[in-house]
Amino acid sequence: MTDMSRTSRDIVTGTGVGAPIDRVDGRLKVTGGARYSAEIPVPGITYAVLVTSTIAVGRIASIDTSAAESVPGVLKVITHRNAPRLPVPPANPPARRVLALLQDDKVHYNGQPIAVVVADTLERATDAASRVRVRYDAAKPVTVMSANRDTAYTPPQQRAPSDTLRGDYAAGMAKAEVTVDHGYATPIENHNPMEPHATTAVWDGDRLTVYDATQYVIGDRDAVARTIGVPAENVRLVAYFVGGGFGCKGSMWSHVPLAAMAAREVGRPVKLVLSRRQMYGPVGARPQTEQRVVIGATKDGSITAMRHDSVSHTSRIEDYVETAANVTRMLYATPVLETTHRLVKLDVGTPTFQRAPGEATGTFALESAMDELAVALKMDPVALRLRNYAETDPESGKPFSSKALRECYRVGAERFGWARRNATPGAMRDGNVLIGYGMASATYPTLRSKATALCRLTADANGGVRALVQTATQDIGTGTYTVMAQVAADALGLPVEQVRFELGDSRMPPSPVSGGSMTAASTGSAVHDVCVAALKELGVAADERAIAAALASRSGRNLEVKTDSAPGGERQQYAMHSFGAVFTEVRVDRDLGEVRVPRVTAAYGVGNVLNAKLATSQMHGGIVWGIGMALEEETLVDQRTGRYMNADLAEYHVPVNADIGAIDITFVREVDTHINPIGVKGIGEIGITGVAASIANAVFNATGVRVRDLPLTLNKVIGATRV
Amino acid sequence: MRPFEYSSATSTTAASRAAGADASARFIAGGTTLLDLMKLNVETPGRLIDINALAVNEPAMTAITETAGGGLRIGALVRNSDLAWSPVIQARFPVLSEALLAGASGQIRNMATVGGNLMQRTRCYYFRDTAMPCNKREPGTGCAAIEGHNRIHAVLGTSSRCIATSPGDMPVAMAALDAVVRVRSVRGERTIPLVNFHVTPGAHPERETVLQAGELIVGVDLPAMPWARRSHYRKVRDRASYAFALASAAVALDVAAGRVRNVRIALGGVGTKPWRSPAAERALVGQPATAAAFRAAAELALQGAVPHRDNAFKIELAKRTLVRALTTVAGMA
Repeated sequence: MTDMSRTSRDIVTGTGVGAPIDRVDGRLKVTGGARYSAEIPVPGITYAVLVTSTIAVGRIASIDTSAAESVPGVLKVITHRNAPRLPVPPANPPARRVLALLQDDKVHYNGQPIAVVVADTLERATDAASRVRVRYDAAKPVTVMSANRDTAYTPPQQRAPSDTLRGDYAAGMAKAEVTVDHGYATPIENHNPMEPHATTAVWDGDRLTVYDATQYVIGDRDAVARTIGVPAENVRLVAYFVGGGFGCKGSMWSHVPLAAMAAREVGRPVKLVLSRRQMYGPVGARPQTEQRVVIGATKDGSITAMRHDSVSHTSRIEDYVETAANVTRMLYATPVLETTHRLVKLDVGTPTFQRAPGEATGTFALESAMDELAVALKMDPVALRLRNYAETDPESGKPFSSKALRECYRVGAERFGWARRNATPGAMRDGNVLIGYGMASATYPTLRSKATALCRLTADANGGVRALVQTATQDIGTGTYTVMAQVAADALGLPVEQVRFELGDSRMPPSPVSGGSMTAASTGSAVHDVCVAALKELGVAADERAIAAALASRSGRNLEVKTDSAPGGERQQYAMHSFGAVFTEVRVDRDLGEVRVPRVTAAYGVGNVLNAKLATSQMHGGIVWGIGMALEEETLVDQRTGRYMNADLAEYHVPVNADIGAIDITFVREVDTHINPIGVKGIGEIGITGVAASIANAVFNATGVRVRDLPLTLNKVIGATRV
Repeated sequence: MRPFEYSSATSTTAASRAAGADASARFIAGGTTLLDLMKLNVETPGRLIDINALAVNEPAMTAITETAGGGLRIGALVRNSDLAWSPVIQARFPVLSEALLAGASGQIRNMATVGGNLMQRTRCYYFRDTAMPCNKREPGTGCAAIEGHNRIHAVLGTSSRCIATSPGDMPVAMAALDAVVRVRSVRGERTIPLVNFHVTPGAHPERETVLQAGELIVGVDLPAMPWARRSHYRKVRDRASYAFALASAAVALDVAAGRVRNVRIALGGVGTKPWRSPAAERALVGQPATAAAFRAAAELALQGAVPHRDNAFKIELAKRTLVRALTTVAGMA
């Protein structure tokens, strides 16, 4: 087994691609030396605090700022009555969204920014913000999706079609000997990065510098420029360190242009940091879904037809689709499939991308349904998946560029000890504790966008070579600084210590959004390509002495090269996805319903692994979040007011250390020469996929209770335990 | 947070005098609840009276000492961590140590104090959000929880004005242990049985304790209870740590020849105050120490429980939690 797989324990020597080196910025981070967007020292800084609405829908009847303005140190209170008019352009996601920029008196969700208070200290601004008195003409909000399913509509065209039909659904179902047909629900979930959204805006004449917590330096720059009506070249956007994004920092939200506006109004630099409560509403969340999955199969487990219908909520002001049914289009080899997506408008903040948008929620429904089918067929869940293994992309018929899912099932099952599973619920026990094993498939698309990188090679006095590589990507905690240095070092034949990789400044060559798990594939390819181009320019191989000799003959003993790197026609030829298999053990207290997850074993085929240590950390993070999604996470919206009721980290539960047991990660060997120059598929999102279903399936195996609505809290188990 | 005056008290008398002179004053010790609520503008004290300096001037405030009757006297400024890890507490009153360690996080326990923990306020979502009505925060505005999100709310001791849960763990263990709260003011010192220290909301949910203006908690006495060496705290919650109880049970059990000779039962996570259950205790005394008898007592403990939209499960959960605590301490689980 181990000869076929590479685990994080198989140490790759050296510092190049694959080596499990420590983060190059690790020391800066643990010593506080890494400066995040709210920590950039700026002389003369002032502090802006948002005032947010306390109703969900209606208009501001009056807004009294006199008490706020009389607080010592207050420089300005900006409301819709005195805010400068902005040329707000139409939305263009991911970067540009429909925002609340104090341009009118309308309120579209509870928690919407309705005023900005700027003061000389954060404390004074905070105090003053709480003294702004607002009267509303409030209307009754619509907040409950299940009660408003009759208003569901087909979303406008997105990247993929909202509905698909493959084959004859009725005929396919008619061939089925066993059918499962159930509804599944997932709640609103908030991102809760450790670092809240934070913006520091500094004007110098007509030039603006914005330090912003963003996943998209270039898109953020363009969005803020267009929104406030200045040329993009007059805006510099900086994000040296970002304390987690997970999707909510992939868009520019209202506070960014508001900070720029406030800074221009008071004529001083402004820092605006959202409070934890303000992270609920104005900056997106994963929407809730209600999904139906139908699977028909013959008695040998061969699927004859499937359907997957997903309804998710969006806001009154923007259409955001959680593409939960997309995964069912590619995961199993069914000849017949129908999928649909619908939206229901609610008076809440606009939802947005959250780690594996679509796949995280979709795999919960699909992989729960597959488990229910396995139970109905009395078939092993892994065997059922192998029976319906898709050798080619079922939707397009294209070959996969690579697919190691079969190997993931095998390696995962073996490392987990799946063969010891007893399929009868309640058969495995330890005193009061019922033990269950569950599994699910994991998958995420492999995406790539155009990126540009710069490489400057310099010979030093000792015959050595130093490389500087730059591109305006961002490190959202994933390790971009580290892996890009490794990619460059490998391409140039240099030790990683001699490569300096810089990112996070819009003055650098452009890179795409760090979303869709595509930073490694897009920016990594650009970094690789620019280094190769530099060697070609010098006419040498990846060898330090050769590079040094070639540089010695050049004036200034250096070379600077900039290249674009973009996907070619490979996507027309191949279907491109990562795959994995997640196995979990749960321990459920028979009487009290407490669910614990002592161990998770997962195997992934993700192409080339750039840094085994960081990649393993990424998968750990995804799985930990998957455990939270399965058992704990839920944003509570008050039905009467649309108010977010558990908007803090004590009341909104994410896993704590005590919730996490052993996590065993294997990356199976997968060489993909089709996807991009460095053969990486991206790993940011696949880790969360499948986890919630794997846990719910394990809980069924332990208790005989099938929970189809997340989170799987103990009240859904207690009293229902059937063993 | 609103601006406030700050002073540091050098004696308990000075502290209570300062508090008695200013109705907007609050004592601050660890600050783990108060500062949190001040940041939310739920608490807007005009003055904070810092009592941490009393640890130096009045050593009894941070001491755990033997009392003449064989019990323990615990100073109000003893930190939760220190109390939890005190060998004498662990040996004689394990239920108290377990309750403390089941609460909050290590960092918070290092700051939180015994006196402050008795004053901890509810985690009701609506209480903590000044945009919502709340009779506890603003009397007369109504209770938004009764028809709102109330999965975490109380089923015992509620009223039509308030269903907020008493959040603590330590007070539940202390309720089971017949603890007595000692309070001091310029009028002198008085003692209050812990079970009478907190009050149910009734018509006045804004009133949570019987403390009067200027009174400062100076300590808690635990009477001798040799059989409390067999005591236990079981907490059930939505994650393994750092979450408030959905239900908890503090029990002490004295079994002789298979029969219950003495028992103490208190529940957390389900009541509007730390919920001692004398009826369940009376029913168990003299009964065989069996799961069936424990279950019968649990039925009595939850008698009169009133569920709301999301929290009906708590009634059964609390019964099972109590049975589990009793079977555990009886060596049956």
